[in-house]
Amino acid sequence: MYSSFSDAFQLLETLDAKLLGIVFISLKVSLTALLIGSIVGIPLGSLIAARQFPGRELVVIILNSLMGVPTVIVGVVIYLLLSRTGPLGDLNWLFTTKGMVLAQTCLTIPLIAALTRQIIEDTWQIHGETLTALRLRPLAKIKWLIWDARFSLSITILAGFARAISEVGAVMIVGGNIDQSTRTMTTAIALETSKGDLPLALALGLVLLAVVLFANFVIFLIKLLAERRYG
Amino acid sequence: MKRRHLLQIGLTSLLMASTIGMAQAQKSITVSSTTSTEQSGLFTHILPVFQNKTGIQVKVVAVGTGQALDIGRRGDADVVFVHDKVAEEKFVSEGFSSKRIEIMYNDFVLIGPKSDPAKINGGKDIAVALQKIMKTQSSFISRGDKSGTHAAELRYWKVAGLEVSASTPWYKETGSGMGPALNTASGLNGYILSDRATWLTFKNRGDLTILVQGDPRLFNQYGVMLVSPEKHAHVKKAEGQAFIDWIASKDGQETIASYKVNGEQLFFPNAKK
Repeated sequence: MYSSFSDAFQLLETLDAKLLGIVFISLKVSLTALLIGSIVGIPLGSLIAARQFPGRELVVIILNSLMGVPTVIVGVVIYLLLSRTGPLGDLNWLFTTKGMVLAQTCLTIPLIAALTRQIIEDTWQIHGETLTALRLRPLAKIKWLIWDARFSLSITILAGFARAISEVGAVMIVGGNIDQSTRTMTTAIALETSKGDLPLALALGLVLLAVVLFANFVIFLIKLLAERRYG
Repeated sequence: MKRRHLLQIGLTSLLMASTIGMAQAQKSITVSSTTSTEQSGLFTHILPVFQNKTGIQVKVVAVGTGQALDIGRRGDADVVFVHDKVAEEKFVSEGFSSKRIEIMYNDFVLIGPKSDPAKINGGKDIAVALQKIMKTQSSFISRGDKSGTHAAELRYWKVAGLEVSASTPWYKETGSGMGPALNTASGLNGYILSDRATWLTFKNRGDLTILVQGDPRLFNQYGVMLVSPEKHAHVKKAEGQAFIDWIASKDGQETIASYKVNGEQLFFPNAKK
């Protein structure tokens, strides 16, 4: 255990090119999946929260369940879709970072949409009457709701980031863990574990933790600054 | 206004980051291979030599032999490099490749705890060793994942005239790669069949050691096949063939032979000229 901690610090200190490459691929894939997930998930969740339509309860239940879909299942489904013999085979996305982004986006969208739905619904409980009285058009209403709940919504983005950066099931299957191409921090950890190099695996895990901590710190700072300015 | 500006900057930088990724596109092939070749470090040793010569980048997806062949069947790899002769010949007879070429070999070893409850240490006969393990009902860890090593292990049980299944209490199918299965064996102090390359590079050995080796039946042949362009038109025929030609050439074979871990050679080239 102790040697793992010192290994981790050494890895971080030297920041060798190989490790940096792996960190870069992880961040590139997960941040892209997070961006697409937010662009789609936040409006989608708000729409479900602010509108009444038949079968709404069912949609909410399905959306909430999708938050817990095993990443491996998403990986297998995306693999079969992207495989040369699959319907999207011509894209040639299997074993590339694009395929990995697609897989992780399938994880971030439902999570972000489900959390957004709850937050916007709570906001609606408070401000619904005012908004109805203002007779805003539906789109303007949703925009107003999202803007009002923006600080609470930052937690959905953090949750989406956590879901993407920490998962190994989907990126392993869709990416193939190819050295210097689709190897991420989590698949590298799985690889070192299977080589029996548990100390190095743990050290890589600590590096992953440090990266996540840093990302959260940055988002916290942004939120703090924004709250001072617009809060 | 300012906010919109920020958003624009963010989006453009993201776009730029993704184009950098695309600009790296060059001649490359995908090879589906086994965990033993990748995790032992063989590919890290030989691929740079090949890339320097030809400029072709080789992307290796390392899985069990069964899955590696499946990836080839779906057309998701250009070249398959595995170690299960029976399954490989089936792959060729199904028309997924026109030719199987033998490249190199190493051997399987029977690993077990130093305490050796079945008393098989120093033996040379794999069948006798397995019979003793069964007689003493000692824990045996099986890959159980249709890999080349798993197929070989099942053959040895057959040769020994024994039947094992997941319902046999001392026989444990892990359904995992060589490394994870070795981790399990190390934790349970059980017996396990492993290829020598993975064992030599495996670090979490605990109390395990090699007990039985040297039986000619433990021979482990690796073969390479180009996925048939007739089955899958998009297969990179020229680049894939270039890789196969090189690895079977004198230069490729010497590069394989020169790979050593702690002074020990892991793979022995035997491509026929």
